[in-house]
Amino acid sequence: MIHQLHPIAALATAPGIGAIAVIRVSGEGAIALTDKAFRGKRLVGQPGHTAHFGTFRHADRGNEPGSVIDEVLVTVFRSPHSFTKEDVVEISCHGSEYIVRQILTRLTELGAQLARPGEFTQRAFLNGQFDLVQAEAVADVIAADSAASHRAALSQLRGGFSKRLKDLRQQLIDFVALVELELDFGEEDVEFAKRDQLRRLMTNIQGVIRPLIESFAAGNVIKNGVPTVIIGKPNAGKSTLLNALLNEEKAIVSDIPGTTRDVIEDELFIDGVRFRLIDTAGLRDTTDTIEAIGVARTRQQIEKAALVVYLFDGQSTTPEELREMIAELDESGKPYILVGNKADLITLHQQAAVTDAITKAGGRPDGIHEVPPILWISAKNAQIDELKSTLSAQVRTNGAMQTGSAVVTNARHLQHLTATDEALARAVAAVDAGTSADWIAMDLRIALRELGELTGEVTTDDLLESIFSRFCIGK
Amino acid sequence: MGGVAKGQIVREIDALGGQSGIISDKTMIQFRMLNRSKGPAMWSPRCQSDRVMFAQEWRDTLERTMNVDFWQDTVSEIIVKDDRVRGVKTSLGVTISGKSVVLTNGTFLNGQMFIGEKTFGGGRTGERSATGLTEQLVSLGFETGRMKTGTPPRVDGRSLNFSRMEEQMGDENPGKFSYSDTAALTKQRSCWITYTDESVHNVLKEGFEKSPMFTGRIKGLGPRYCPSIEDKINRFADKDRHQIFVEPEGWNTVEVYVNGFSTSLPEEVQHRALQKIAGFEKAKMFRPGYAVEYDFFPPTQLKPTLETIKVANLFFAGQINGTTGYEEAACQGLIAGINAHQNVHEKEPFTVKRSEGYVGVLIDDLITKGTEEPYRMFTSRAEFRTLLRQDNADLRLTEMGHKLGLASDERWANTKAKQVSIDRLTQLFRETKLRPEEVNDWLVNRESAPLREKSTVYSLLKRPEIETADALTLLEMASTAAENELQSYAKETVEQAVIELKYDDYLSRERQNAEKLSRWESLEIAPIFDFDNVKALSFEGREKLKKLRPRTIGQATRISGVSPSDISILLVYMGR
Repeated sequence: MIHQLHPIAALATAPGIGAIAVIRVSGEGAIALTDKAFRGKRLVGQPGHTAHFGTFRHADRGNEPGSVIDEVLVTVFRSPHSFTKEDVVEISCHGSEYIVRQILTRLTELGAQLARPGEFTQRAFLNGQFDLVQAEAVADVIAADSAASHRAALSQLRGGFSKRLKDLRQQLIDFVALVELELDFGEEDVEFAKRDQLRRLMTNIQGVIRPLIESFAAGNVIKNGVPTVIIGKPNAGKSTLLNALLNEEKAIVSDIPGTTRDVIEDELFIDGVRFRLIDTAGLRDTTDTIEAIGVARTRQQIEKAALVVYLFDGQSTTPEELREMIAELDESGKPYILVGNKADLITLHQQAAVTDAITKAGGRPDGIHEVPPILWISAKNAQIDELKSTLSAQVRTNGAMQTGSAVVTNARHLQHLTATDEALARAVAAVDAGTSADWIAMDLRIALRELGELTGEVTTDDLLESIFSRFCIGK
Repeated sequence: MGGVAKGQIVREIDALGGQSGIISDKTMIQFRMLNRSKGPAMWSPRCQSDRVMFAQEWRDTLERTMNVDFWQDTVSEIIVKDDRVRGVKTSLGVTISGKSVVLTNGTFLNGQMFIGEKTFGGGRTGERSATGLTEQLVSLGFETGRMKTGTPPRVDGRSLNFSRMEEQMGDENPGKFSYSDTAALTKQRSCWITYTDESVHNVLKEGFEKSPMFTGRIKGLGPRYCPSIEDKINRFADKDRHQIFVEPEGWNTVEVYVNGFSTSLPEEVQHRALQKIAGFEKAKMFRPGYAVEYDFFPPTQLKPTLETIKVANLFFAGQINGTTGYEEAACQGLIAGINAHQNVHEKEPFTVKRSEGYVGVLIDDLITKGTEEPYRMFTSRAEFRTLLRQDNADLRLTEMGHKLGLASDERWANTKAKQVSIDRLTQLFRETKLRPEEVNDWLVNRESAPLREKSTVYSLLKRPEIETADALTLLEMASTAAENELQSYAKETVEQAVIELKYDDYLSRERQNAEKLSRWESLEIAPIFDFDNVKALSFEGREKLKKLRPRTIGQATRISGVSPSDISILLVYMGR
């Protein structure tokens, strides 16, 4: 008999940058789940062992369709004719860690869980795919994998966060114990868990874990390079700038037009920070000046990046255009650098006039934030030193991207942190609604269990221990 | 009987067809539903029974039971041949042969009682201890240990001044334990609450140097959660008072149980300390409290049926397994009894899952992890406690009881009918819509937001301020309501339907979790499985697995020290 368990997802190919990467989704509803992010043929109706081309997308925003993460080839396998004998989907995408993360994140949003080390193999085994001799090898792999990931967990949660999480977890245990005390010994002369204190503790914990959750993207930024995009109108000089940046860094760039399309990203090191210049394939197409940059395309690019360089032609760009772009960038919430090109062709006075125009004309309708200064360069003359130091300064000063603080890079940690956060959010909402302690305790126990996965085990025995050591109860 | 988590157990026993609930109902002198102010999963029935009537009713019930013979004596030896029990020998030299034997020795195995510096053999006031049996079981290869429990003094109610205590009356509308048609109480007796203070503590401290606990004469492990009064004072020195529950022992007796004042200090100290308690100034003691130390057998030596692993058809139930409490003992007696019967008739073993009942949680905890102190049930021990409610024990368990032949046809028919009614009511709640003008006055009166448009009763039930008791009222307000029909539903049926609807999001999440974990419970680890062969296991995990020998992967996951990767590795090795 084939067991179909909850869907899990993970990268099936070796991590790192290859030409393509394959993400495997296995379990009950794997096909329908993938279908929700896939634009192409309806996967649900497709027979097993068929491949389908389409796009993999972010969630829709209101009425707007979700933006494209990547073009993908999806192969459908139907139970029991698959590796795990469950329903399986394999998503082949471009071999970028960034894209892989985005796809995995989207899959988890849709309800897939990130697979534990060896979990696909384990399912395959449980459904009778291997014999025992093969299984023994698999067991060793699981042991090695989990040991490695445990080490990684410790080293990744550095910067005091590990200790802080442990402290908070202990505080939560003691508080949950108080809630349990109220439930099991409410008839006796016991103190009750103060709801406002409990609420404060929960939001405190959320305050610690939410930046960690957010650091997941940033953590990958550090590990994999800062995805940086240069946007601007076709005549702004993007390709010149790109070449100026890359040539100096002796990056390998093919001269042959068209070949760059196979290269997804170019890399650039400034002060030891790795920048990944994404979406450069289109940038090189200098002849294609007629193509106007659609708002949608620009948005897509911004969404993929952690840092945006907006390059404009200092001679021909109108203040309105600039203001529109600034508004767009503000809305994205991404850090950006405004770069005025062709500084060699205009006077300092003219430069100041542009700056004036966007600030005085109220570049920001709300007037709350300051417009970042415009950086003037001449890409043609390779006058880009200031831009380079600004790029590295952005990474150093931007909290989310700082290398020194704790970052979460392990997808499973992210999952436990997210589950903790969700459980706490439900518990906070329940406290606010005046829900009785038994239901609040349900989510508190989930939060404890998930936190425990990060910092060590938690069992109900821990709770009882906490109760008995602190309170005088029982008749 | 009953109490938080324990009351749920009594309901479960009743749902399976056991007698504890019925006999409690027939002999109770007070009933209270504890934890009413909390959510429905926490509601816990508790009663105060007439001690003499309780014993008499049990005896009558047993005497009325077909095919039950009696012999009153002390078992001194069990007869074992080829690792299978064959019967027992008694201290009078009588041999009784039997295919199954259930040992329910309570605190009697080498029982030793302590009052101050006095020590004497015995398992209970006036009753001798049982000797020889432990030694024989040890010679058969069983491990044994010592545990300790205690009782408070009994006092003469006529000597107490109740005006200095708080009265704790029974519920205005008393409930009951049994799902069958036992009668609810019409009159009740009150309990009383008073407190110790510094002066009481000071007297007690005078006796500490003669305390068998503090002088080390008692070596057995006592529970951390219902410690003796001297332990409470010693361990929680900063607490300046402790609650005392003054409980009558029956309808027609003046004897009173001083709950919360369990002690083994010298009786003279007990008496003087008692008289310092508000309302106890002139208290006369009937019997002093005492501590009792007794043998138990670590329950990791048992199968989930409570049959011993070493000796086939030999079952242990109750304090012999390291538990404390009537309810804990009663449910083990039931499960051991059922399986003793099943074995004799070569039928399938009977067990209850953790997600199906506290009975299942209790036995699984015992056999998987053993216990370091007298084991008492708490709701927090159950990972799915919101499913294990006192209101739905029949829906969870009666079908199983009926299949065993334990729950009667009538009982099972009632449960089925209840389910049909619940389904019908659920449909009514979900489908009946109320118009604003039909319900708004009532809502405003209840400080609940008025409706703007038509809305289902179900959506109103979701509001925290709307209570279970309001459900039918709301249905009746709908113009479509068929009043005759509504009146036909029993209170319990309505309550059950409303709870499931009101908390459906929580409950469905809990059920999903239970289902996820249940898969592990069905994956069995062969009794001969050699954990040493699995080199990839962590050191600690392997040692714990070897010692506790879990029967299923589910059990293995509950052993501390066994990591998730150990579980993955086991799964891979085990095959299916």
